Amino acid sequence: MPENSAGTLAPPPAAKPRIKPPRRLAGTLYRGKEGMWSWVLHRITGIAIYFFLLVHILDTSIVRVSPQAYNGVINEYKTPLMGLGELALVIAIGYHALNGLRIILIDFWSFGARHQRLMFVVVILLWIVLIAGFAPTQIHNIILEAQGHESA
Amino acid sequence: MTTETIPSPRSSYTPPRKRRVNWEKWGWLYMRISGLFLIVLIFGHLFVNLVAGNGVRAIDFAFVAGKWADPFWIVWDTLMLWLALIHGANGMRTIVNDYAHKPVIRKTLLIAILVSTAALILLGTLVIYTFDPCPSNAIAGTLPSFCKAG
Repeated sequence: MPENSAGTLAPPPAAKPRIKPPRRLAGTLYRGKEGMWSWVLHRITGIAIYFFLLVHILDTSIVRVSPQAYNGVINEYKTPLMGLGELALVIAIGYHALNGLRIILIDFWSFGARHQRLMFVVVILLWIVLIAGFAPTQIHNIILEAQGHESA
Repeated sequence: MTTETIPSPRSSYTPPRKRRVNWEKWGWLYMRISGLFLIVLIFGHLFVNLVAGNGVRAIDFAFVAGKWADPFWIVWDTLMLWLALIHGANGMRTIVNDYAHKPVIRKTLLIAILVSTAALILLGTLVIYTFDPCPSNAIAGTLPSFCKAG
């Protein structure tokens, strides 16, 4: 019982120390603000990518059934709705990859832990560049496919 | 007079501990190392399948057969399958441990993740290594051009 034995040695404090609780959830790496929201977004994108991966392994496995069965399934991936789904997937993967690099830099490099906020801004900027680079290509392909152009 | 032996305060004695493999540490490290590989593997995969040429419109059986005629893409896809699925499963394990408080639910979910991961890795690996680019049950026009002999 360290508290009891210490109590006989040290006199009780005259007044309770007044330590004010922090006003907002901030000040640590994973509590409040960028540190927390980057983590939340990392989880959400991770879960989404995981469930797509499960489906993607199953749909690719149909190459082993027959060419026409596989072509039937993969044609579903070329519809406008699924085309937008692929865009969303790339957006999710883009964030997860960029923020994953940020996490690695935080964990293995002292500069990273000190500048995690700056790196989050960089992640968001690179993410926007990535989306801006991919979205036109994908939307172009969705439109061409919907118009019935030959792809081969 | 009696002599009392007073132990020195704040002694650094710690009871001997059995050294075990720190699985959590290796799992933590695996997420970071596999993550670096997956950035290359997945962005390469996305570029070849969704950006280059006609993007998603070009994908069909012949496209896959053409890729897997090259050992490069067989190795690429095998690495991607194993690294990504284990990375994802370990991430889901972390999330289940965080949010599933009831032991029965937690254990059930963890077993489901383990079983589905093992089954899909087995399935995916078998598909890659038993793939036949010119199967006999194919309808005309679905096969890659190098199947003309059949």
